[in-house]
Amino acid sequence: MTPLLDPLAWLILLPLLWATLAFLAADRHGPMLALAGIGGQLLCVIALAGDVASHGSIGHLAGGWAEPLGIRLVADGLSLVMLLLTQGVALTLALYARSYFSQATPPAFWPLTGFLLAGMNALFLSGDLFNLYVTLELVGLAAVGLVAAGGGAAQIAAALRYLLATLVGSGAYLFGVALIYGSYGTVSASLLGSLITSEAPLAVWLAGGLMLTGLLLKTALLPFHFWLPPAHGGAPAPVSALLSALVVKASFYLFLRLWLGPFAALSEALPALAQVPAALGATAILWGSWRAIRADRLKMLVAYSTVAQLGYLFLIFPLLGTGALALQAGILQATAHGLAKAAMFVAAGTLIKVGGSDRVLGVAGAAAHLPVSLFAFALAGVTLMGLPPSGGFLAKWLLIDAALAAGQPWIVVVALSGGLLAGIYVFRVLRLAFRRPTTHDDVPLPQRPAALLEWTAFALAAGSVLIGLGAAPLLALIAGVQP
Amino acid sequence: MTSNQWLPLAVIASSLLPGLIIFALPEKRVALRTALNLAGALAKAGLVGLLIAGVAAGEEYGLRHAIAPGIEIVFKADALALLFVTLSAVLWLFTTLYAIGYLEHAPHRSRFFGFFSLCVTATMGIAMAGNLFTFFVFYELLTLATFPLVVHRGTPQAMRGGSIYLAYTLAGGAALLAGIVWLDHLAGPGEFTQGGLLAAIPGLDPLTLQLIFALLIAGVGVKAAIVPLHGWLPQAMVAPAPVSALLHAVAVVKAGAFGIVRIVYEIYGIEFAQSLGLLLPLAVIAAVTILWGSSRALFQNDLKKRLAFSTVSQVSYIVLGVALFGPLGTIGGLVHLVHQGIMKITLFFCAGNYAETLGIHKVSEMDGVGRRMPLTTLAFSIGALGMMGAPLTAGAVSKAWLSDGASAAGMDWAIWVLWGSSLLNAAYFLPILHRAWLKLPPPDWPHEEIHPVGRRETAWLLLLPPLFTAVLTVAVALFADSSFSPLAWVRLIAEREYPNISP
Repeated sequence: MTPLLDPLAWLILLPLLWATLAFLAADRHGPMLALAGIGGQLLCVIALAGDVASHGSIGHLAGGWAEPLGIRLVADGLSLVMLLLTQGVALTLALYARSYFSQATPPAFWPLTGFLLAGMNALFLSGDLFNLYVTLELVGLAAVGLVAAGGGAAQIAAALRYLLATLVGSGAYLFGVALIYGSYGTVSASLLGSLITSEAPLAVWLAGGLMLTGLLLKTALLPFHFWLPPAHGGAPAPVSALLSALVVKASFYLFLRLWLGPFAALSEALPALAQVPAALGATAILWGSWRAIRADRLKMLVAYSTVAQLGYLFLIFPLLGTGALALQAGILQATAHGLAKAAMFVAAGTLIKVGGSDRVLGVAGAAAHLPVSLFAFALAGVTLMGLPPSGGFLAKWLLIDAALAAGQPWIVVVALSGGLLAGIYVFRVLRLAFRRPTTHDDVPLPQRPAALLEWTAFALAAGSVLIGLGAAPLLALIAGVQP
Repeated sequence: MTSNQWLPLAVIASSLLPGLIIFALPEKRVALRTALNLAGALAKAGLVGLLIAGVAAGEEYGLRHAIAPGIEIVFKADALALLFVTLSAVLWLFTTLYAIGYLEHAPHRSRFFGFFSLCVTATMGIAMAGNLFTFFVFYELLTLATFPLVVHRGTPQAMRGGSIYLAYTLAGGAALLAGIVWLDHLAGPGEFTQGGLLAAIPGLDPLTLQLIFALLIAGVGVKAAIVPLHGWLPQAMVAPAPVSALLHAVAVVKAGAFGIVRIVYEIYGIEFAQSLGLLLPLAVIAAVTILWGSSRALFQNDLKKRLAFSTVSQVSYIVLGVALFGPLGTIGGLVHLVHQGIMKITLFFCAGNYAETLGIHKVSEMDGVGRRMPLTTLAFSIGALGMMGAPLTAGAVSKAWLSDGASAAGMDWAIWVLWGSSLLNAAYFLPILHRAWLKLPPPDWPHEEIHPVGRRETAWLLLLPPLFTAVLTVAVALFADSSFSPLAWVRLIAEREYPNISP
């Protein structure tokens, strides 16, 4: 393939390109550049999909240089699904953001979004541990910048907290990479997969611990979740959606990759290790849901729901021995949650913008004047509760099936209780929305928001539900992944 | 796609599509909304007619769509499915007419009718589900689509009723899901099979199967309102009358009862369930529910709550019939699925008429209401007599078959339960009839909204539906032996479920 037509390289170059242009051009050109750019990226992913579906995995050295000079890019079913999710959600969010920020765009919103997407795409496509470190930093710093772009004192504080977490996380990761390089003289993920055995020296175990813990910190798995609610709950709605739907999934993806690839021998040598992320995940589901049930502000409720929902992703680790089932459950959950959480944050953003209050109580009566946004919120809630026919439901079904196959019934109990707890916090909002406004009957109804604000949320939410009915191709892609 | 594939889909689409369009309609488009509602309801009735003719002639209708390896959405319009489909389709038509009259000046009608159509869609899906997965999908959809109707009025009581409804149904859904996935894991993917899916699989552990049965029955038992899972039903009566009528007398509670029917007959198989010792506990739970519901009904002054507890009791007649081993009990239980629906919807329509016309919500306010609203009260009386099992009503037919079923199954104690319940029914319905017909009306009604015009005691759209269903209550009994009655159809089903025994 000629380098000029290589979709792998363009997936990284294109966002860098439009981000730079958006930085140089006036603010008002940002949305068009972003929409055109992300549209192009989406086309690249689609071009890639056919190849991956027929070959299983494709990879080559970008620019034709040999390693270590050349950068090795690889795509398989797993990365394809993540790429598709990322471009699809980002495109819809760009439409939303264009309308949401119609008065004033926060400084550098569009360039930072471009750099964020470049970092994420590179993360999904990179095959060596050091490049992955670079992508992690790019994603982390762009995300911190987006949180800070909100501009308020609370947002700056949240951004600093987030910055600390992300720097410590990538620092730990980098330290681990250094130890690995010292032991084996390579950072290629595929080579390391066969080099690292259960008799690996202590330094390698230490490296694994550091890298995986660093990633947990970035994924905000309990007890490392402290930075997430203020950052995701405080940022402007389009940013919250980007961070909660996509960014935390990137570090989860890397955790999963390392677990299945380079460190597979370590986790097989000590099977009890897999219970650690699962136990943390279970605690996250219960604690995050509880905090969402108690939350006072609407976006904090949604943010704590993310803390809980991320927990499901880590329940799959003790079940990975059961074939593709657990991996399918995890990736489907990541996808469905990505769509649903983006929908929920942007719907919440519209409810807050129009209703004028960021309290949960502020949604009272919204069923009457913001039916589309509320319906989007409800549909997204269906996915989070894991009710049929949503993607969240199918993921939960597969997870329970895998848990039974692996003889881990406690995971069944956690998954089902998590759904019920989600029901409590989702319906806490919905029932309020149906409440008849009691006091200010004479206050005129708030103005209808731009249609785009409401319908982008609806499209994302509908996607999270419909994916449950059309998951067969996605599941087939995951089943074809060779760790 | 052949017509045998698209007919079940068309039955579902005939309420789904109008519902989706209605959501998008502005509040003011009354005529278009009404036209869509009626067109959908009539189209559904017509399509169901086609299905009935086909199934009676031995045609098989079905459709499948794989969504993941081993997970399929399967629709199957068999005789049992059509029993529930027909009941819901016919009563939906009446309820739509009634709701148009009832909500004439109420706010948020687009939302109401949209969710109402979704509920009917979910009910159709439950009826025609060909496997437990599909059943579950629509069972949960029904939960979700009913919630906005329960809280429709937006009052604090409505909010409370809605929360209690969700707490019960979502928890029940979780139990059901656990049972279904466990079963799927154990026995592999399978469909509803006449004679039982599990009966044909050797080597399954009986204790595990009993546990799964408990999970499944607890899951569907919430909607069937079996004691102690019935607490949501009286609370959900805060919903507008058409909702109580169709959903809480027919669709929702019947979805639960129908689930029990499918699980006992077509997942376990009645003979296999008997050999696992599952039927006796089920019969005992049903008996307790029958007596408990009736006794609680005695003490309710709120008319709709009294009817709700009566529903708790009556729905378990179906469960009892299922649990009585033998074709006679099966026939009694299944025919009551239809008969109870017709009778109870009549009673709820009438309760709605009293509330809408005169502002009467309580039994104690019903003195002399028969003089002011004779036709409504006549319909109410027929429904009430039917519930008691009086001769020439649908209730009498159900009770006769159930009693025969009980003695055939060697459970003579169940006959006493039925008699006890009839006495209790009389004890809470006869005082109402006495008040309504024989006592003198008060000088003023609590809140008279619709004034009489000539012989028209209330709006036509409110009056005609209960009269129709009251006539049906008598007609299904008078013509029980004809070949078009629910009873005849149920005998057809029983013949197919008991391949080895002829009724």
